[in-house]
Amino acid sequence: MQGTAQLILERARELMQSGQIQRVLGWEKGEFEHDPTPAFFESEEELQNFCYNDYCGANLSKYLIAASKLEGKTLVCIKPCDSYSLNQLITEHRVNREKVFVLAVPCPGMLDPVKTEGKDLSQGERKDYLLDKCLCCKGAEHKIADETIEGPSLDLAPEDRFAQVRELEALSPQERFDFWRGELSRCIRCNACRNVCPACSCVKCVFDNPNSGVSSKASADDFEENMFHIIRAFHVAGRCTDCGECSRVCPQRIPLHLLNRKFIADIDELYGEYQAGEEAEQRSPLVNYQTTDKEPSDALKGRG
Amino acid sequence: MKKIAENRLPELYQALSAERKLYLPLEEGGVVGYGLYSPEKKTALTAPSTVKSPKELFFPQVEGVVNFQMQGKNIDILPIEMPKEDFVVMGVRACDVRSFDVLDRVFLSDPVDGYYAARREHGTIVSLACDQPQNSCFCEAFGIDAAAPAGDVRCFIREGVLYWQALTDKGQALTDSLFGLLEEAGPAGQEQQEAFTAETKEKLQALPYHGLDLSAFTPDRLGELFHDPKWKKLSQACLGCGSCTFVCPTCQCYDVRDFDTGHGIQRYRCWDSCMYSDFTMMAHGTPRPTQLEKFRQRFMHKLVYFPSNNEGMYSCVGCGRCVRKCPIHMHIVKVIKALGGKKDE
Amino acid sequence: MQVRQDWKPKIVAFCCNWCSYAGADLAGSSRRSYPADVKIIRVPCSCRVNPLFILRAFQRGADGVIICGCHPGDCHYTSGNYYARRRMTLLFKMLEYLGIEKGRTRVEWVSAAEGAKFSSVMNDFVQTVTALGENVKLEDLRCKEPLN
Repeated sequence: MQGTAQLILERARELMQSGQIQRVLGWEKGEFEHDPTPAFFESEEELQNFCYNDYCGANLSKYLIAASKLEGKTLVCIKPCDSYSLNQLITEHRVNREKVFVLAVPCPGMLDPVKTEGKDLSQGERKDYLLDKCLCCKGAEHKIADETIEGPSLDLAPEDRFAQVRELEALSPQERFDFWRGELSRCIRCNACRNVCPACSCVKCVFDNPNSGVSSKASADDFEENMFHIIRAFHVAGRCTDCGECSRVCPQRIPLHLLNRKFIADIDELYGEYQAGEEAEQRSPLVNYQTTDKEPSDALKGRG
Repeated sequence: MKKIAENRLPELYQALSAERKLYLPLEEGGVVGYGLYSPEKKTALTAPSTVKSPKELFFPQVEGVVNFQMQGKNIDILPIEMPKEDFVVMGVRACDVRSFDVLDRVFLSDPVDGYYAARREHGTIVSLACDQPQNSCFCEAFGIDAAAPAGDVRCFIREGVLYWQALTDKGQALTDSLFGLLEEAGPAGQEQQEAFTAETKEKLQALPYHGLDLSAFTPDRLGELFHDPKWKKLSQACLGCGSCTFVCPTCQCYDVRDFDTGHGIQRYRCWDSCMYSDFTMMAHGTPRPTQLEKFRQRFMHKLVYFPSNNEGMYSCVGCGRCVRKCPIHMHIVKVIKALGGKKDE
Repeated sequence: MQVRQDWKPKIVAFCCNWCSYAGADLAGSSRRSYPADVKIIRVPCSCRVNPLFILRAFQRGADGVIICGCHPGDCHYTSGNYYARRRMTLLFKMLEYLGIEKGRTRVEWVSAAEGAKFSSVMNDFVQTVTALGENVKLEDLRCKEPLN
């Protein structure tokens, strides 16, 4: 990782010196190994605090919405999974491609500070300490890049990302209801899942509008929790790249990605395999249709 | 001082919950939080920390204030009864106990917040000395002794025994109600306590945030700190979520809202977060338009404004929750260090 | 729980202005009956129905929600109902995934000429929801009318 960080830094310095880029969007050193913060670096001096280590799990693509409005180009460090989100943001015209220099950085799988706390990393496999989202890695290929930094990638056969969804589907309706009630009742309405999500890019969220009659910050009733999470997941359906940030940031460890993956699984099954952000300018399945699409009554046939 | 063997704790829980509600750390879904005890729940008394603090037992995240019932042209005002149920909170660590001093300053000073006051009156706090401070902890910086928490009853666990010491009349009454369950600890209790304190002190000194320096945060530097250009850098990656505020034991801002039930109005108050876009929203807009101002508000409040109005008492207790939970790892310790705390270089 | 003997389900039907709402009209003028518990909300097109509307209906006490639009291919706006079809399919599958009884939600295509179909669809839907009983899983306790 040290080597990769050095390569990124050298290239960023060169581009900054040549005036091709105005700033760098990357990660800033924390006090420890495990707490780097996403940051903009405006000068070579500031770049001294740049870091790229095993804990740079944060997806930087959403910060480019703000960076698109700034003067000049922003160099952004994009990991393979982040590249899907960036493509999606470009497709939705939320990020101006012209204002972004995409530096594709290799990712060996990022570690979860909760899993590594107090552990000796030389014991056990890297797999045991990876962020949950990395266990279903989409591969080492970047879907968008202006330039690529070579380096080690994650050497791990990805898990089946729909396995848990199918497990839940196999349960009875009451069991499923109990499962989700148990999970969602822990929600503290901090909105971290929404705010971190690269697909949640509305200027004003419906849940922040008091006139909409929904409460953004009060878990006033079970219903409010259900509604928030259904709408959150539905609003990103077809656009969610399954980057896993929502579950990563949840302070209560609610498996929010299982809602998103349900939509992805249904879309794949009913409307053909689709990976949001695979390439820019794709048409998402929810803003598309076939005259031969399955009828809702047929799609819902089967189990009680 | 009294004592009870650790393996007899379920009996203690039973006895405590027999006549009143008992709240203590419970494990659910892989996370620990304060919850209502019942025998089938998985207790986690000694878990290093809870996600949310016990603040919510005295100042709930959502609480009804008043209801309105509409009938024709009449509006009936239906007040909500003050809480009047006795309860016990067990396992509160020193940092969280201190947070009640902070909240008391806010809610019990004039005008007194009736709901909070009622819960404080009916609640008995059984604290638990901390023997496993985490890397994110820094209660020491606020003069809190992790080994000797305040509260109505103070407990510590050493060598498989829980030691129990009443500190207030309320605590004594609770102790008396447990007659027969607790044994006298005798002079051995004192020895154990000294040993416990020494061990904890050693652990605290080994913590990475040991020696965190707050001397730069004084009321006379308000203007200087407020205008510090570093806020821009510090706040630039903030997501504007409310994780830090909602896990914080001392954040006390709330919003009052109406919910239209279709046959009446429920007025409730709920926690608010200075990180949110609608925080202190007024007719003309918000006085803190960008995340920079919102972010600055949170830390200035804890480290400068609050102490200015409360004889130097910081409204941070060093529990480390925001340090652990911030999605982008930008938290109060980084702010303290950046703005004039102890620097490594 | 107190059970009301005379319980009847509350049904919200979102009907598109051009086909299904006219279909409901025709059902009325041709004296086809359908239960009075069905409350019709007229929308310009079935694709105007935001998922939030459906959840809001449940919150406000609906026991079942049905969306009616023009037959595929007949949309007044050419393609609105095709989009609605995808959205509602995914939303209803999500509600099922969360353990909500799937009989509580339905999509039906009813043209302006199908007064008889409108009435039979509503009768059938009310029957299904009646069998499921009161909506408990997606209720908002605050909105429940006090049981006096």
